[in-house]
Amino acid sequence: MTVTTNPAEGTASAGAITTRRVAAGALDPHALRADFPILRREINGHPLVFLDSASTSQKPDVVIDTVSDYYRAYNANVHRGIYTIGEEATAAYEAARAKVARFVNAPDSHEIVFTRNATEAINLVSYSWGRRNIGRSDTIVLTEMEHHANLVPWQILVQEKDGDLEFIPITDDGILRLDVFEVLLRLKPKLVAFTHVSNTLGTINPVREMVELAHAAGALVLVDGAQAVPHLPVDVQELGCDFYAFSGHKMLGPMGSGALWARRELLEAMPPFLAGGEMIREVHLRRSDFNDVPWKFEAGTPAVGDAIGLGVAADYLDGLGMAAVRQHERELVAYALETLGREVPGIELYGPMDPDLRGGVIPFNLPGIHPHDVAQVLDRSGIAVRAGHHCTMPLHERLDLAATARASFSVYSTTEDIDALVIGLVEVQQVFGE
Amino acid sequence: MDDLYRDYILEHYRRPHNFGVLDAPTATFEGANPLCGDRITMQLGIRDGVVAEIAFTGRGCAISQASASLLTDEIMGMPVEKAEAFRADDLLELLGIDISPARLKCAMLSLETLEHALAETPGASDAALDAALDAAPVEAAASTEPANS
Repeated sequence: MTVTTNPAEGTASAGAITTRRVAAGALDPHALRADFPILRREINGHPLVFLDSASTSQKPDVVIDTVSDYYRAYNANVHRGIYTIGEEATAAYEAARAKVARFVNAPDSHEIVFTRNATEAINLVSYSWGRRNIGRSDTIVLTEMEHHANLVPWQILVQEKDGDLEFIPITDDGILRLDVFEVLLRLKPKLVAFTHVSNTLGTINPVREMVELAHAAGALVLVDGAQAVPHLPVDVQELGCDFYAFSGHKMLGPMGSGALWARRELLEAMPPFLAGGEMIREVHLRRSDFNDVPWKFEAGTPAVGDAIGLGVAADYLDGLGMAAVRQHERELVAYALETLGREVPGIELYGPMDPDLRGGVIPFNLPGIHPHDVAQVLDRSGIAVRAGHHCTMPLHERLDLAATARASFSVYSTTEDIDALVIGLVEVQQVFGE
Repeated sequence: MDDLYRDYILEHYRRPHNFGVLDAPTATFEGANPLCGDRITMQLGIRDGVVAEIAFTGRGCAISQASASLLTDEIMGMPVEKAEAFRADDLLELLGIDISPARLKCAMLSLETLEHALAETPGASDAALDAALDAAPVEAAASTEPANS
């Protein structure tokens, strides 16, 4: 593709896609698969059937080309160079911040801090806000379905500060027990942190309702949006939460890109997380003045090309329309639950069975066959699924499962992918049958 | 095409040899790969410097369970000194399949558990203790789950 003359405007092809998709209305996964070069790969003589998008999504040409263009045409550090390409890089980097802010409807693009991923965003909050605001006997409420990224940072914090963790339990089909949540709020927690969409069960949690309950009890709310931002419309103002963390690489963006959104007054009151260049205004030998938000939290040279790529990924998804993306994935969930249950003898499916309550994540087991063996045999047919505990060991313990296999979807996933999975699982059963 | 699931591997998985518990073990060790949920409990009956009896229970993937079945066949009746000298390469040769790096932990769980069990045996040699220390860390699992699910 041609190098854009003004990187801040993004790439020309991203704009073209936007127009095409909006005109088409409902999302057509078959048409947009052409945008994802990796989907043309063959694995073991079969077309790649990628059903691990909850782990990381594949990337469209516009994102790959944007990152490549950055390195070919205007690679330079940001906020430093008084020369053309330095100014171009800075403009594109800050334009990407504005795109990401717009994508989650942040009221102010200075409320977006670029991070490597959702994990780093949550760690930023736990180290910066947490160390200043959580003290002895203070309570943080989490849930039993959290990814380790939204559990371990809080464990470390309360161990250091002698605080407490409490957990909202789940029902057997993976729904949060809000009745228990209301009881836990009587402990007057300082923070409630939970996932928007479960990476293991797909459960879509009622964020707005939970935020209202938490705020009424005086708690701040952090939402782990890693599995939500790529898959459904997210409006941080409508959700009403205080912190929202997400990964870029799960939303068609480059590896190593992610972001934290937080209300500006919170960011301004928070001490820096990492320290060094970029995050300072003035440095003396014995003290320093810190930069404004968000740069106060972006010490050192950032992943400039990846952030610019993330901005283009947000535009790409925006062009598809997140309501259409959600509708597409809801249809895939309904199709997968029905087809797998009907066609694969004995398959065990976990999580909410109502597609309205569930993102594009389907965990399952074949009785008597370990998920690693399932995944290994599926790979013979080019089918990629995740097997293991998906960074939710406590959730697996709660459900009394050693491990699960997991199929997960993105914009380019099709019912044909699910059909291939069904055929692959029947073959797995043949391999392990008597 | 991978060639992990050869007939004899699947046969050892479906009907593992030496699967069960000993009446009077001289050593017992339970090992687990917490990342994938594989568990193996290895029991030894050592008499007169020989592994006179060996049995295991466990659950997990085909590779981990078939590996334990093949390994216990091999170790049964072996002088303790020779069992202590049994190494990862020997086990891979016994398995006779190409194990990808991602599945190596599954294949090695049985051997690491055996090495710990040998080290737990009263009067274990320095060599056995060294082998157990050298083994990739095997978590001592809390609960026992004898079902080969």
